[in-house]
Amino acid sequence: MEFSNKYIVCFALALCLICSATVSSLAVVLKDKQEANKLLYKQMNVLRVAQLIETGEEPNPEKVARIFEDIEVLTFDQATGNPVEIRNVWKFNPLKISKTDEGGVDASDPRAKRVAIKRMPKTLLAYRVKTAGKECLVLPIYGNGLWSLLLGFLAIEPDTSKVVGITFYEHLETPGLGGEIENPNWKALWPGKLCFDEDGNPAVEVVKYGAVKNLATQVDGISGATITSKAVGNLVQLWLGDTGYGPFLRQQREAQR
Amino acid sequence: MNKETKAILVDPLHLKNPITLHVLGICSALAVTTKMETAVVMSLALTFVLVLSNISISLLRNKIPGSIRIITQLAIIASLVIVADQVMKAYLFDVSKQLSVFVGLIITNCIVMGRAEAFAMANPPLKSAIDGFANSMGYAIVLLLVGFFRELLGSGTIFGITIMESVNNGGWYFPNGLMVLAPGAFFLIGLMIWLQRTLTPEMQEEEN
Repeated sequence: MEFSNKYIVCFALALCLICSATVSSLAVVLKDKQEANKLLYKQMNVLRVAQLIETGEEPNPEKVARIFEDIEVLTFDQATGNPVEIRNVWKFNPLKISKTDEGGVDASDPRAKRVAIKRMPKTLLAYRVKTAGKECLVLPIYGNGLWSLLLGFLAIEPDTSKVVGITFYEHLETPGLGGEIENPNWKALWPGKLCFDEDGNPAVEVVKYGAVKNLATQVDGISGATITSKAVGNLVQLWLGDTGYGPFLRQQREAQR
Repeated sequence: MNKETKAILVDPLHLKNPITLHVLGICSALAVTTKMETAVVMSLALTFVLVLSNISISLLRNKIPGSIRIITQLAIIASLVIVADQVMKAYLFDVSKQLSVFVGLIITNCIVMGRAEAFAMANPPLKSAIDGFANSMGYAIVLLLVGFFRELLGSGTIFGITIMESVNNGGWYFPNGLMVLAPGAFFLIGLMIWLQRTLTPEMQEEEN
């Protein structure tokens, strides 16, 4: 069948309009639900790393919201640890702002290079958990593993002495190998490790599978996932260091004394 | 059911399977089959897209100008895929996280365009719908089989339920690392094609 050029142009135009109208109206309708999902997922992970809910527990929006009433979101200056006012903390993304000229600085810590982080944010965010019997600080952490950016949380004692837990909620590492950083058995190796040595330098580290000598600070790597587990060790040290949460944590330590 | 409809419905499951005979849709068959759960959801998403794209392209088949037919098909398929992806992000958040980019990649899944071009452009809507459904099922069978073996051998579980306790969790089974990587799926699909061709001689090409 032959069609005139005019028909072809009109057909293409009509098709584009119909398709784009469908897709965009659906996106608008579903946006709230999707945003809510993302937020709930993030909050679930904060609770998980703070050991406030069981690992396999299904998300329950009311329960999460109730627990979050007791959680304080802190935003502060990276270099001084002093509080900084931020309008919508749930939309605040240190990773994103670190890439802008005002929001970040070039990473100077050698460990940043090992996890392929070029810029560090000037403003950071942490969660202070204060519920019955459980108190801890939850710090968002990130860095590159073998294939992908690992996004996670590290929970530590309020006096910053020991690790309470670690979790990664977003990554694209190989399931069964690097993906084992999600394995509850591996995450269970972390609680109780010392965060800092006597000089205040980050102490907790990941060593090669089977090479743990010092139980107080060393975490066994994952067999078959050396690069990913090393990256986890490096990024934890990076974020506990002076260009990460270091200054803020020092303040917390002094406040506890 | 007449003979022709039956052929449209049954052929893609075995003799004209889109993966094992046409060797289409391989990329997603490799990528999302590490677990049964993702394989099931991927199959459902593809079924949704393929049936609807076949119907809508078949309805428009006499209106689509030949010179822009490929991009027309692609625009319809892409819209449907975005719909599926957005709905999953809103209502099946956990699974959509695991499938990550692969739902979006249904757009480039050769099965969808292949059926649109080869079947829906020349047949009425009902037949096209059956064809789309049958091909999705052919795809699903392969995905589930591959997913079954990869999850069992690679992690010792099925649908996340432990069948063989792995060493990492304190059991006896030492998981086969190859199975969790994409090449493991390549071997499995290769073996499946070999087996299928050996059992059904009519699938073999004549030697020249």
